[in-house]
Formats: sequence, structure tokens, C-alpha cells
Amino acid sequence: MAQPANQEAPGSGTRQSETLAPPAGHGEHEGFFKKYLFSTDHKAIAKQYLFTGMFMGLIGAFMAYTFRFQLAFPGSHVPGFGVVSPNEYNALVTNHGSIMVFWVAMPVLIAAFGNYLIPLMLGCDDMAFPRLNRLSYQVFFLSVVVLLISLFVPGGGFGGAWTAYPPLSSKAEYSLTPLGSTLWLVAVALEFVAFLIGGINFVTTTMNSRAPGMKLYDIPIVVWMIVIASLVFMASVGPLVAGAVMLLFDQLFGTAFYDPARGGDPLLWQHLFWFFGHPEVYVVLLPACGIVAEVITVFSRKKLFGYKTVLYTAIATGIVSFFVWAHHQFVAGIDPRMANVFTATTVIISLPVAEMVFVLVATLYGGSIKLTTPMLWALAFIAEFIIGGVTGLFLGASGSDIYLHDTYFVLAHFHYTFVPIAIIAVFAGLTYWFPKMFGRHMNETLGKIHFWGTIIPFNSIFIPLFLLGLAGQHRRIYSYEGFPELARPELQQLRIIATVSLIVMLCFQLVFLFNFVRSMFRGRIAERNPWKANTLEWVAASPPPHGNFETMPTVYRGPYEYSVPNRDEDYWPQNQPA
Amino acid sequence: MKPIATTRSATGIPTGRLAVWWLIASEIVIFGGLLASYVMHRIGHAEFGDYAAHTNTWAGAFNTLVLLTSSLSAVLAHEAAEKGQGPRAARMLLFTILGGAVFLIVKSFEWTAEIRAGYTLATNMFWSFYYTAAGLHALHVIAGMVAMAFVARDAFSNRELQRVELVGNYWHFVDIVWIFLFPLLYIAK
Repeated sequence: MAQPANQEAPGSGTRQSETLAPPAGHGEHEGFFKKYLFSTDHKAIAKQYLFTGMFMGLIGAFMAYTFRFQLAFPGSHVPGFGVVSPNEYNALVTNHGSIMVFWVAMPVLIAAFGNYLIPLMLGCDDMAFPRLNRLSYQVFFLSVVVLLISLFVPGGGFGGAWTAYPPLSSKAEYSLTPLGSTLWLVAVALEFVAFLIGGINFVTTTMNSRAPGMKLYDIPIVVWMIVIASLVFMASVGPLVAGAVMLLFDQLFGTAFYDPARGGDPLLWQHLFWFFGHPEVYVVLLPACGIVAEVITVFSRKKLFGYKTVLYTAIATGIVSFFVWAHHQFVAGIDPRMANVFTATTVIISLPVAEMVFVLVATLYGGSIKLTTPMLWALAFIAEFIIGGVTGLFLGASGSDIYLHDTYFVLAHFHYTFVPIAIIAVFAGLTYWFPKMFGRHMNETLGKIHFWGTIIPFNSIFIPLFLLGLAGQHRRIYSYEGFPELARPELQQLRIIATVSLIVMLCFQLVFLFNFVRSMFRGRIAERNPWKANTLEWVAASPPPHGNFETMPTVYRGPYEYSVPNRDEDYWPQNQPA
Repeated sequence: MKPIATTRSATGIPTGRLAVWWLIASEIVIFGGLLASYVMHRIGHAEFGDYAAHTNTWAGAFNTLVLLTSSLSAVLAHEAAEKGQGPRAARMLLFTILGGAVFLIVKSFEWTAEIRAGYTLATNMFWSFYYTAAGLHALHVIAGMVAMAFVARDAFSNRELQRVELVGNYWHFVDIVWIFLFPLLYIAK
């Protein structure tokens, strides 16, 4: 544990021999393993998280391709996989959901961007606990290994949906995946541990390790968002950890926590799961909003409209997110009076989120907007997320939810929130910070081809699914051939449109991968501050060396002083004396 | 050389202390979720009281006393550390570890007797909660003892004395969890 500053005079004989991280500038001399696998440098850990997340994203995408192919062309041979059996279908959808939320959105949005940006944006050289940071990634890596193993054990991967409702998840005779479900649960638990460790690090670093002069309202919004998200995660995941222990005992030791026949209650799991699961939506939403706010401000060359409003709405979102969970359970047999309460809270939470969208639009208003690739992604985030938010109102109101529950309408709704969060905002962030991360520019033309090649098919995947949901198409069905009214040709056409769009969208991701890898080695060399931004990460060299800054910066102003009147330049870095 | 980030303290609160408080906060919600689940079941099932009658209240009461006493020595260790008396702080921490060990030994006898009498993890909901909650707590007792052993080792040679307070805070938390478990699992009949 680190020595706090106010108890340690420099060289006061307190255990100076204990080296937490190699001295600045020594990063180049370390061996490959030390540098890439056991580094305590926050930038190396961020890249580990990023690449692991991207790798898991490819797996999750392949799973989506496989089960979408089965839905569009039931029983046919899926190229690259083979014929999908019902059990395999269940395992594919379950693990697609789990991977995209826990092993793509979380590691990339929170861990990768958090690790990369927090020390740089706060003007310090590393996290407050560099070794805990490394431990966090190692535990996360272990969770990845356990999850991947769970896909190949006898009985196959877990197939009880990512929400893991008992009794499907608790009884092997229902889930048919005795080993897969236990390993899945262990993997999720390890992932939670990794993010608890990481979250404590993010929060303490932001509280204590800020550059001299950086007051709370000088902290860039994206850092605030990651910190609030870490706190929400920390406060919501605990009951699910307890619930996971109970589920594990049900699976392994014959307890009956979730077995109504022996005094247990399957609804208990739903409460514990969604008490975490719904705040989790905001855990990933807030960092995405933060990234988008940074990008929109820089490319509008305007001060962020209502910095404090954004901050307070984020805090309000975080708080209200704890009181909406039961809207997932309107048809699970909860008291209708309670359903009314949760309908109200769910509608209330749309207020701060809508406020955030208004603030972003107000930032655009009157700005000199530059439509670079990151800006296109940021604008797309607003447009697409609004669709996700508005369709959510139909599900938050218990009356309409009873009709729409467990249909493809729900599925399309949350993909309209999660894809903007975990894909669109991540691309905004990656293309924006790429010059800083790798010291080179990405190709703008390829970036724009990738953008349009992703956004257009994305909409043509999920708009048909909204229509299918309204037509009453139930989720979690392996083949609609056995349901005459759902197997009608016009509905099957919609399924085929969605699947073909998905394949098109996935093909365009190859453009991104090509651009990403090629730019890493061959891209145009990036200067320190290519976007002329104010925040401190652009003060460091591109890419920043071990230790980040040549001289540690001092902060003189907030992060969004763009186009200040009577100045020659339209930006005003935080570390520049007045 | 330590990174500068680890030596800064913008809030004036030592970073280690902040981290332990956040750790405790995240642990509170873990136990909170488990105990809330238990309490909800307890309210709906009056027969839990009959099952609770088979717990050994005297052993639980003795363990409560042991844990509270061990928290006292953790405070004395903190006091010694503040005065820079590392070896004394270490001895006090060892006393606290001893308290944890006594707690675990008593518990193991208790559990052995209960399992012999046929009350196991899977007997019914009450015993499932009993073993899960007390077991999770016992794991935290063990974790606290291990952490204290490391801190005491350093404290003997007057190093990292600020950690004595931190590990003490964690121990008080473990103690307080037991204060909730004891009435809920043993006394409420």
C-alpha cells in the first residue's frame, strides 16, 4: 500500500527500498514479459485491457453472427461453425450477452479508458496503487481464461441467459450444463473482483493524486464519469456477489436459496441480479457519455455547456439507478403497486439522462464543428442513444411492458443503448485518443468508411427487430419454424434483413482492424496535441513515456476553455499559466 | 523510486486510508445483500426461530466477547503506532490475531457439533443462511488475520506504521459484521 504524502517527508527512512514501479524513463530497458505482462505502468495495463476487450469483442461478435444465422436460416450450416444445436444456441446467446457486457464494455470503457486517461488527465505519473492495478488486470485475465474454458467443458457453455435466472442456472437438470454454469459464475465473480480492485484505484487516484492546482471542478468530465461509474459499480455489485455465492451453493452443495419447493425463492436472485444489473447500465453509460462530451467539446471548439449540470446529472443518474431495478420484473409476479413505483422511478431516470443529451446538443450549438471521425462517432452516439432511451420508456411503463416483455422489442431497445455505449462511444474514444496512445494518426478516409459501414447496418439490424418484437416475437427461441404465426414469410424476411445487415456490419469491422493495426506502425506521426485540446494528456509526448510528463504539470483552469475571447488561440491548455 | 501519484494527497487524507474505507464500503454492500436476503426470508418464515434454537448462543456470545476484545487490542496497536512504538504495536496486533484464532477455534467446535447433530448447509434455508453468512464472515476474519500478520512483521522494525491503523479499521469492520450476525442468527428465536 502506498505511503501517503502527508506522513512521509522525502527520504525520511521509510522503506524507500520498496520499488512500486521502475523509475521514469527506464521503461524501454525492461524485458518483454516485464513490460507487457507484469507492468505496473497504467498505460501498459490500459492497453492490456483494451486488447483483451477487443479480442473478447471478436468472440462475442462471432457468437452473434452464429445465432443470427441460425435465426435467419434455421437448421442450415453456418459457415465457420456448422449446424447450431438448440443447446449450442442457448450457450451462444448467453455468452454473447455476458461477454459483451462484462468482457467488452466493462474492460474497454472503464478499465482501458480509465487506466489510460485518469493519471494522464489528472497530471500524474501513475495510479495511486500501481501494483493493485496490475493485480486487477491479472484477476480479469484469469476470469477471461475461466470463461473461455467454460465454453468447451462437457455439456457445453452455460445456456441460462446472461441474467442467469434460477432454476435454469441453479439446477443442472434444467440447464444441462453442470460444469459450464459453475465456471461461468466463477468467471463473472472474478471479473467483479477485478473491477472492485480497479474501481478503488480509480476513486482514490482521482481523490488524491491530482496535479497541484486541479480543483474538483477542473477534473475533465470523462474522469468524473469513470469515477462515478466505479462508485455505482462498487455500491451495486455487492448484493450480487452474495447472490452469486448463494447460486454457487445451490449448484454445488444442494442448498435451496432459489428453490421454491424447499423454501427458497427464485425471485430473490432476480432482485439481487437487477439491483446490480440496472445500475450496471449506467456504469457503462456514464463513461461513454464522458468520452462523447470530451470529443464533442474539442471538435465544437466551444466550452462544454453546463459542466456542473453534466456532473450533477451524472450523480443523479447514479443515485436514481439504484431505484429502478424491478422494472425488469413486471411480469415476474411482483406486487402491481410496487410495479407502479418502479414505473415512476424509471421515468424519472430519463430526466437526468435527457438533460445530459441536451447539454451535449447545446455544446454543439454555435460551435465551429469539425466532422472528424471521432466527432462522427460522438454525434452518432447521441442520435442512436436517443432511440434506445425513447424506446425504453415503453418498457419502463408497466402497462406497455406487459405486452412487450421478453420480445425482440426489449432486445432491440437495449442494443440501441448498449451498442452506442460499448461500440460507438468506444470508437469515438479510440479514434480520438489513438494519436496519444500510439503516437500516430489513424487514416481518416478509412475511419469514415468504417463509420458509415457500421452505423447504417447497425440500424438495419435492429429496426427490423423492433418490428418483430411488436409483432410478438418472443426472445430465446431457437427456431421459429415451430410457431406458425411467427414463421410467416414477412417476419422471416425481417430476420433475414437483420442477419444480412449484421454480416455487413461485421465485414466493415475488418476495415477498422486494418486501419488500427496499420496506423499503429505506418500512420502519420502525431504531434503532442493534434486536436488542440486543453486536457493534460495532450501536454505529454505522444505516446507518453513511462512517467508520462517531463515536468509534472500544474493546473491553472478548467478543462474546457475553448474560444475564449481576446486570445490568439482558440484553446487554452489547463497547464498554461495565464 | 515510487511514482509521484502514490505520494500525493490532494484531499489531505492518506491514500491508503481512503482505499481501506472504499474497500469496507464495497464489503458492506456484500454483507448487506446477504443479510437483507436473510432478513426478508426470516420475516416470512416464523419457523426459522425454531431452527435458531439449535444454535449455541453461549458459544456465539463468547465469540462476540473475543472479537470485541481483539478490536480493543487493535485500537491499542494504533495508539502505539501513532506514538512511533512499532514493536508494541506489533505485539498488540499479534494479540488481535490471537483473538481471531480463538474465534475460529470456537467456531470450528460449534460447527462440528451442529453438523454432527445433522444441521448441515443443505438442511434447510435457515442453516443455509447460517453457514453461508458465518462462513463468509469467517473468511474475512482469516483475511484480516493474514493482513495483520504482514503489518505486524513490518511494524516490529518500525516500518509502514500507518498500516497499523488501516488494518485495524478493517478488523473493526469484521467485528461489526459479527455484531449483526450474532443477534440475527443466534438470538432471534
